[in-house]
Amino acid sequence: MMIPACRLADLPRGEAHRLDIEPPVSVFHTDDGELFAIDDTCTHQDASLADGWLEGCEVECPLHASKFDLRTGAVDAPPAKLPVRTHEVVVEDGMIYVRLSAQAPNLPPCISARLAGGPA
Amino acid sequence: MRTVAVVGASLAGLSAARSLRKRGYDGRLVLVGEEPHRPYDRPPLSKEFLAGAIGEAELALERDDEDLQAEWVLGTRATGLDRTERAIRLADGREIRADGVVIATGAAARTLPGTEGLAGVHVLRTLDDARALRDGLALGGRLVVIGGGFVGAEVAATAYALGLDVTVVEAAPTPLAGPLGPAMGGIVSALHTDHGVRLLCGVGVKGLGGERRVDAVLLEDGRTLPADIVVVGVGARPCVDWLEGSGVALDNGVKCGADGRTTLAGVVAVGDCANWYDPHTGAHRRVEHWTGALERPDSAVATLLAGGAVEPGVPRPPYFWSDQYGVRIQFAGHAAGADDVTVEEGSTGDRSFLAVYRRAGRPVAVLGMNQPRLFTRWRKQLTSAATAS
Repeated sequence: MMIPACRLADLPRGEAHRLDIEPPVSVFHTDDGELFAIDDTCTHQDASLADGWLEGCEVECPLHASKFDLRTGAVDAPPAKLPVRTHEVVVEDGMIYVRLSAQAPNLPPCISARLAGGPA
Repeated sequence: MRTVAVVGASLAGLSAARSLRKRGYDGRLVLVGEEPHRPYDRPPLSKEFLAGAIGEAELALERDDEDLQAEWVLGTRATGLDRTERAIRLADGREIRADGVVIATGAAARTLPGTEGLAGVHVLRTLDDARALRDGLALGGRLVVIGGGFVGAEVAATAYALGLDVTVVEAAPTPLAGPLGPAMGGIVSALHTDHGVRLLCGVGVKGLGGERRVDAVLLEDGRTLPADIVVVGVGARPCVDWLEGSGVALDNGVKCGADGRTTLAGVVAVGDCANWYDPHTGAHRRVEHWTGALERPDSAVATLLAGGAVEPGVPRPPYFWSDQYGVRIQFAGHAAGADDVTVEEGSTGDRSFLAVYRRAGRPVAVLGMNQPRLFTRWRKQLTSAATAS
């Protein structure tokens, strides 16, 4: 599924744009001009990686310093242990689209419980 | 270098071990831990773990697929460092000879003298402490927390959510004035009273009441607070007794340079036991922050592997967080030395704001309550300023 995210011109380098879908996905525009899309929620605890610290091809969770590689989704620093999903990014006519991964997401325990209908 | 011993198997020790392997060290790697547990995460001990929301498996810091090719010597403490033999002596009589040593023995919770053996009195530092406290809180009743620092405040918030009757006693006039300054310390600690938790400030604790089990906290002003359970959260002292006489200089922990080097060649120190030189302030500073234990071991390991011949990088300003009563508190930088604090966004009354600390007009620290995005931006700005200076 291709989801329109935002216009490339509206996403400056060093910034992120979050898509409010379930679960949320964010597009990152690195300082080097590359675009990546990953699941927005840190796999450790409910926090938006779009609010995090972008450096090179790595984003640090804004709360607890877990780091994720935007290229692979791999977790590079604790306390998170599971990777985030990566999604394909396509730019057409100046518009950024995200092709969602078919894999199951790794969501933090509190979110998984909420999606399953349990207590948040 | 053929053998490196990392003494201490918590976050700082694990980070050092990871960094050794990442930097290409392929020799023998021994990790010594006093606790029987593999490395685990401590911040949740006062929050989600204490509340019963997560279990012990979620505390593990190692990933399932991770293998550091290390020898784990757990459940025994180091008792000495012999510099002539270049050996670590262990309490169980063993000895580990090593060419390189990473000291990561952390800090231990301070206790109240004379209260040993009194049931119902807890500290919170280790997994075993947290298990015992969790079991204690499950009985309900009246909790008195001695010390209004971050650990005490988080325990109070968690216990309040579990339905206990909670009182926090703080000797200083304002809790958190050390890390946050008096104005912001007052605003953050007001979270207690907002939620119906009693906060008594400016009064010391004279002692505890009870024969075999605690039943009261006796205050210096003559008041008595009835208590079914007591948590002592009055800070921690670095675990460096084992280094007495080793030749490693000690001063509020292991005295070390900006790159973690100690006074002994081939020995570096990391984490809560390390009193690092801070080039920004020109003084040594022991920082008990999770992020310091995560990030600083890499420069210490670089120093160790290079035989001391590396320029230390500029560390990011200290960062810590706290979650209390559902509010996320984040802080970066140094509050001490600030001459001005301004709320830049939001309002303190809403518990959603961002405050900037300045010294002579330049930002030196930033505090956020429920403002992670803005906080990250300010933290970056603070870091660029620190790196440029």
